[in-house]
Amino acid sequence: MELYDLTIHQAHELLARREISSVELTQALLDRIAAVDEKVKAYLCVLEEAALADAAAADRRRAEGEDHPLLGIPLAVKDVLTTRGIETTCGSRMLENFKPTFDATAIIKLRDAGAVLMGKTNTDEFAMGSTTENSAFFTTHNPWDLSRVPGGSSGGSAAATAAGECIAAIGSDTGGSIRQPASFCGVAGLKPTYGRVSRHGLVAFASSLDQVGALGKDVTDCALLLQTMAGHDPMDSTSAELPVPDYREGMDRSVAGIKLGVPREYFREGMQPEVEQAVRQALDVYESLGAELVDISMPHTDYCLSTYYVLAPAEASANLARFDGIRYGYSAPDAQDIWETYRKTRAEGFGPEVKRRIMLGTYALSTGYYDAYYLKAQKVRTLIKQDFDRAYAQVDALVAPTVPLTAFRIGEKIDDLLQLYLVDILTLSTNLAGICGVSIPCGMANGLPIGMQVLGNAYQEATVLRVAYAYEQATDWHLRRPPL
Amino acid sequence: MEFEAIIGVEVHAQILTKSKMFCRCSADVAHAAPNTHTCPICLGMPGTLPVINQAAVEATVLTGMALNCTIPSFSKFDRKNYHYPDLPKGYQVSQYDYPLTKDGYLDVQVNGETRRLRIRRVHLEEDTARLVHEGDTSLIDFNRSSLPLMEIVSEADMRSAEDTYAYLVKLRQILRYLGVSTGNMEEGAMRCEANISVRPVGMEEYGTKVEVKNLNSFRSVRLAIAYEIERQIGVLEEGGEIQQVTMGWDEAGLRTVFQRSKEFAEDYRYFPEPDLPPLEIDQALRESIAARLPELPDAKRERCVMVYGIRSEDARLLCEDRATAGFFERAVEAASERVSAQTVANWIVGEVFRLLGESGQGIDQIKMQPEDLAALLDMLAGGTINATVAKEVLEEMFTSGQAPDVIVERRGLRQINDQEALSAAVRTALDDNPGPVAQYLAGKEQVLGFLIGQVMRATRGQANVQIVTELLRAELEKRR
Ligand SMILES: [Zn+2]
Repeated sequence: MELYDLTIHQAHELLARREISSVELTQALLDRIAAVDEKVKAYLCVLEEAALADAAAADRRRAEGEDHPLLGIPLAVKDVLTTRGIETTCGSRMLENFKPTFDATAIIKLRDAGAVLMGKTNTDEFAMGSTTENSAFFTTHNPWDLSRVPGGSSGGSAAATAAGECIAAIGSDTGGSIRQPASFCGVAGLKPTYGRVSRHGLVAFASSLDQVGALGKDVTDCALLLQTMAGHDPMDSTSAELPVPDYREGMDRSVAGIKLGVPREYFREGMQPEVEQAVRQALDVYESLGAELVDISMPHTDYCLSTYYVLAPAEASANLARFDGIRYGYSAPDAQDIWETYRKTRAEGFGPEVKRRIMLGTYALSTGYYDAYYLKAQKVRTLIKQDFDRAYAQVDALVAPTVPLTAFRIGEKIDDLLQLYLVDILTLSTNLAGICGVSIPCGMANGLPIGMQVLGNAYQEATVLRVAYAYEQATDWHLRRPPL
Repeated sequence: MEFEAIIGVEVHAQILTKSKMFCRCSADVAHAAPNTHTCPICLGMPGTLPVINQAAVEATVLTGMALNCTIPSFSKFDRKNYHYPDLPKGYQVSQYDYPLTKDGYLDVQVNGETRRLRIRRVHLEEDTARLVHEGDTSLIDFNRSSLPLMEIVSEADMRSAEDTYAYLVKLRQILRYLGVSTGNMEEGAMRCEANISVRPVGMEEYGTKVEVKNLNSFRSVRLAIAYEIERQIGVLEEGGEIQQVTMGWDEAGLRTVFQRSKEFAEDYRYFPEPDLPPLEIDQALRESIAARLPELPDAKRERCVMVYGIRSEDARLLCEDRATAGFFERAVEAASERVSAQTVANWIVGEVFRLLGESGQGIDQIKMQPEDLAALLDMLAGGTINATVAKEVLEEMFTSGQAPDVIVERRGLRQINDQEALSAAVRTALDDNPGPVAQYLAGKEQVLGFLIGQVMRATRGQANVQIVTELLRAELEKRR
């Protein structure tokens, strides 16, 4: 097995036994990046020197007797998390060459644990998109089929993980932006409960939906990353003041007797047959493991898309107002006055999808439309949350497809916005309800991975990880690697 | 036709806190060099999140309580969206539909009459940065960005410039009593905007409202409102129509001038701030804040008259601010039986105020302790020193902070009551001034004053004037 194919826990074992050093591991990954990233294009920037320095520092810490599951582990970070002194572009021209003065809280925690930061990964501009095609710089390619999208917006992190360009990666999920690319790239992707991981340093897209999460080659890696990043942060008033459980403890407990809900509305008409088939087979696996399957109805599922596309743009329209060309980032060079500076900077600095969402959101908040759009959407959001509350009164977790289809070709849906928005139809509800979920591979169709998601109630990450882990142990989809 | 004016005011008051509204930057920016009190949060850098300053919340609730407002248990922050270079996030975190406090009032005295002026709400928000225009460039100082600001919105209950003036003066006094703001208009710590309309007396409908900004002092508030009322009446009397506009006060020209039309009102697209959880003011917090509510000026003044029996006008002067009232009360508490509260009041309102005025200090900045003033007045009442010396000693106490007995001893200023010593001084004075003595004996008794002065000079002002006078008369009689 190649070093770059290792999981966090496998690499940790070798590091702990001193069979390899972090510098060797990091070098192996840098070599891998050099070999394949030209094709995959997962990274916006690779921190070659800094990564080796981080690795050397981790090796010293280990030599001094320190240990941590992430000590010396090379990770990739989605370029929407601020990194001190390191370019943080959010995939936008607006922030090309922008270097923040502080690290995101999640980054600080990972660095404290001794993780090695390999680089910043590609994303749809300001995390708005499902393919990375909205990145201002380039599109990332799916390692399983380079002509296809990796999903998004954390497409760079998912592709890097699948392609062995990092051991694991950090992403952000506002409407499926971790789980959906994880599904397309055949890796595990965890979206924690809103409030579980600090958003401080996560450049905001939609503040009430955004959450930092993990992408790994298996469920255990997601658990390890969450363990390190989770917890209250005084810098984020929406982070929960709840104790962080030991996520690996009890993860290997049997799922016999556990109740798994199967939401009827998530098996949609028009979904790719292989996807439905794979997820149904996964449900059989759960039954064979002793889990009880419960048919569940989530009646407001159809309203998720429209609710999301009112609320997320509304919040984004305010969050992105700060990019005005005055203090940092892109500034239109030839503007005559302040109003022209605003107009030109924003016209030239933002891509079409970002502008579309800013306009949608601005409209939804305008006098005369607020009640009909924003307020109505907030009410529907409550109904969607109540669907989940009712479900979790009956079951321990829900199991459903992550995306109704497998990865499509680059450019295939770029002109059909509604088709593209439908890609996220099964993941948006998790964010609207503020709950947690993990996507894991559960099959292949025409050489492309299929994903299913396990959704749990708020702060029930341990349950979600345990259910996903049980499936992983019973199958070997997570062991497959793309033929690069 | 007779007209009446309808006036409502919005006051923004900077809240005195250690740190800013949503970050840990020091809020003590008054004399700081530009952009020295900033951090990624108050600069609106990407990835930053606000964290509520609890002290600012409590100061706002305290103010609401002092202004007789109700304190709802639920409150929240909202984003007010607009673009301007002094607003780094492109939105201001403010409060829209659930302010921290609402529905209060303030009683003010106008022309000897008590007027109850209602307050719609007191809410909390963050300040903007400060723009400095230099030639054709503009510079931004972010020190002020995100300082905590209270917005106090009145109902349109005021009917004249005097009403409004009285309201603002009283409001500032209360803010200062509470210690929540300096209320200094000239420094921008208290800013005021007035909405003014006029209508014929007896008409129910309101006239068209004009907003007047740029009121940078109490004086300009009074002048601007009076001017604007007259302007509007003039327009109506000539058959014209009032336009809904924003006017600015032109301090030099003493008139209101057109700033901009309100025809295309900006749409602020308020929505709940998703980065902050709602504020919950529970019973326990409400009680703990209420316990911090000090005695307010009206109540204090009444008590001073009732308990200490001082003149009402003196009580008003002493209760103007909390520090002076505190100084007075401490001095009265420390004073001996033979020093009346009115005497203490007289000395503070007279001598101490004079010294404060000359030195430009506040009463809470001086070294002199109220207990020492009480001791000084006791020495005066007991005859240890006379009034002239007491004033002199007070001046030294004021600057050095030394106790009066120390000063009196060191400088040997004790009053001379000793009959023998004074008799000798009197005889010497008479011997040295045969002319005036002769005049006195010839019936010109006014020269007695001159002779007293001679004795006082000889005793360096320390002689007991009463005794000296008696001795002089007796000695003069002997020489008749
Ligand atoms: Zn700051």
